[in-house]
Amino acid sequence: MRVGLIVTCLVDLMRPGVGFAALELLESAGCEVTVPAKQTCCGQPGWNSGDRGSARALAMKLLDEFSDCDYVVAPSGSCAGMVKVHYADVFKDDEYQLARAKKLAARTHELTDFLVNILKIERVPGTFAGTVTYHDSCSGLRELGVKAQPRALLAMVPGLRLAEMSESETCCGFGGSFAIKFGDISAQMAAAKCAHIRASGASAVVLGDLGCMLNIEGRLRKEGDTTTQVLHIAEVLAGRK
Amino acid sequence: MQIRSVHFKQRASAAIANPETQKRMASLGFAARRADRVAEFGAAKFEAQRAAAAAVRDRSIGDLATWIERFETVATRRGATVLYANNAKEVGERVVAICRDHRLTKAIKSKSMLSEEADLNLVLAAAGVQPVETDLGEYICQLADDPPSHIIAPAMHKSRDEIADLFVKHHGTPRLDEAALLTREARERLRSHFLSADLGISGGNFLIAETGSVALVTNEGNGRMVTTLPRVHIVITGIEKVVPTLEDLATLMRLLPRSATGQNISNYFSVLTGPRGRADTDGPEHLYFILVDNGRSSLVGGELQDMLRCIRCGACMNHCPVYKTVGGHSYGWVYPGPMGSVLTPAFMGLANALDLPQASTLCGACSVVCPVKIPLPGLLRSLRERQVQARLRPGQEIFGLKLWSFAARHPWLYAILSRWGARVLRLLGGSSGMISRLPLASGWTSGRYFPAPPRGGTFRDRYAALRK
Repeated sequence: MRVGLIVTCLVDLMRPGVGFAALELLESAGCEVTVPAKQTCCGQPGWNSGDRGSARALAMKLLDEFSDCDYVVAPSGSCAGMVKVHYADVFKDDEYQLARAKKLAARTHELTDFLVNILKIERVPGTFAGTVTYHDSCSGLRELGVKAQPRALLAMVPGLRLAEMSESETCCGFGGSFAIKFGDISAQMAAAKCAHIRASGASAVVLGDLGCMLNIEGRLRKEGDTTTQVLHIAEVLAGRK
Repeated sequence: MQIRSVHFKQRASAAIANPETQKRMASLGFAARRADRVAEFGAAKFEAQRAAAAAVRDRSIGDLATWIERFETVATRRGATVLYANNAKEVGERVVAICRDHRLTKAIKSKSMLSEEADLNLVLAAAGVQPVETDLGEYICQLADDPPSHIIAPAMHKSRDEIADLFVKHHGTPRLDEAALLTREARERLRSHFLSADLGISGGNFLIAETGSVALVTNEGNGRMVTTLPRVHIVITGIEKVVPTLEDLATLMRLLPRSATGQNISNYFSVLTGPRGRADTDGPEHLYFILVDNGRSSLVGGELQDMLRCIRCGACMNHCPVYKTVGGHSYGWVYPGPMGSVLTPAFMGLANALDLPQASTLCGACSVVCPVKIPLPGLLRSLRERQVQARLRPGQEIFGLKLWSFAARHPWLYAILSRWGARVLRLLGGSSGMISRLPLASGWTSGRYFPAPPRGGTFRDRYAALRK
């Protein structure tokens, strides 16, 4: 099984370890993983900012790079959602590209969804001593139905206990450029999320999207919390933290 | 209503800084009650009902002219007069003309957002007709001279203390501090208005084409009085509120109260057809419908058409983390929250509400609860696209996007830029790994740090080194 890994631009730049963790998880489950060297971005920043042209150009580039894979996996609900849900809209006026996009969409998965529903793994390499709480990132949750999958995987990690926070499904306030354009609103939403994380009593918050990760970590540290870990689920499952 | 959406950011920041506003927003309990009703109804059954409701609305809007014409024919046959208003100003003109014809001097009103679109209270007062809001929340807003901050809980921004102060000031009565007593005082005040008014003005939740009726969903009983006591009743509603049949109305009514207030059914639900008949013991002598366009028909056939499905339940704002942070007044026009962020630029012009389509994380919480499945994040995205096309975004933002897109399309350049970007960010992060000030992104760092990347370079570089 040839699996293409969409590293995602944020993982590439900000948290390379998440990419290696995803790679390890897929390889340890027996996948032949290919990481196209020229990949950059799925086009989401342009798409969400109203720049259809740039979204289209980057979507086309991704289609070319991954079309020979049996499956395509991203350690991000929002990037997987871009390919799986939004490419159809990006190419709505282009029958040829639309057909290619739909084919790719059907084979594209968010990482935890792929591990649970396609690979059906029953063991993970990682161990973790302590209590974690899980933040449901918006795109993964509402566009792709990623809810039970990460929890099923966390339950396989020896030593890990999950304590659900209240409002785990409420947006953390990231929203891409929203976080810069509306810094006050975004930070207030992040503050509410951090309060729920703290109230859960967990020593780490685990999640599946880089944007939320940077937002929540940045807010926790600004509030003076230097101990609560902010971890990508791939890192926890692979035992890289 | 005069549009003030240009002040979105300032108003939002003020709302965030105001602990009382934050407390009021946190008290909004509709979302939890909705969840309970959906669970009782059965989640799968509710989903099927949403699909059916969206189909009903699509059928109405897909052939709007036909259903409106049908409505007019049947309503006229039943003795009502059907008038049209192309814009907000014409709404006022029609109402004032009716007041002149019938020599009306006092209007009691039940809740109507269209009345806000048309600034009807100002227009009525200028024409010598006293407007009295009879919905408790609207009554409070009228006393305070505030616009509503939520489409179904208009005075939710007011605390009980503020309401008590308002009543002392306007009623000249001793201060009360129990909600039940305050409500009783308002009822006592309103009673004389109910009995002395010669005009009743209501909105309309739905118009039913096959019977020429208007359906009203209310909770306080004031709607019944407004529509039956005065000798003239005017219904003001949007042209898109028409549905073909009573059966369609039933489909929508299974969803509206559950989605709005989390009630299985509202306390009052009226279907009104025609003025008082010869055998009737109550009801108005004259019934008018003013069907308002005010920008609605321009959405038909366009990318925003799905917005016309809206049945004004408020679920999108009840579930919106941005609305719950900034409050309804920040949005600056009649409709707040996600639906307002689509309707305001759609009705009032893209350039007059630049922040609204941007002021969303596109988290999707609104669209998954919308009873008529309006793809709100998609519509906001579509408005963002229009902003870019109309060159309404700041040059710096467009330049940044173009630069990003150019780099991302040229992997060799992207590799260099990201390599250097990671180094610069790491340096800025220092020993803590947290960046406290980012040039060009001060919005991020004003309320939080920006975590820096770790040592060792980008994934791309590390992976290439490993493969060698």
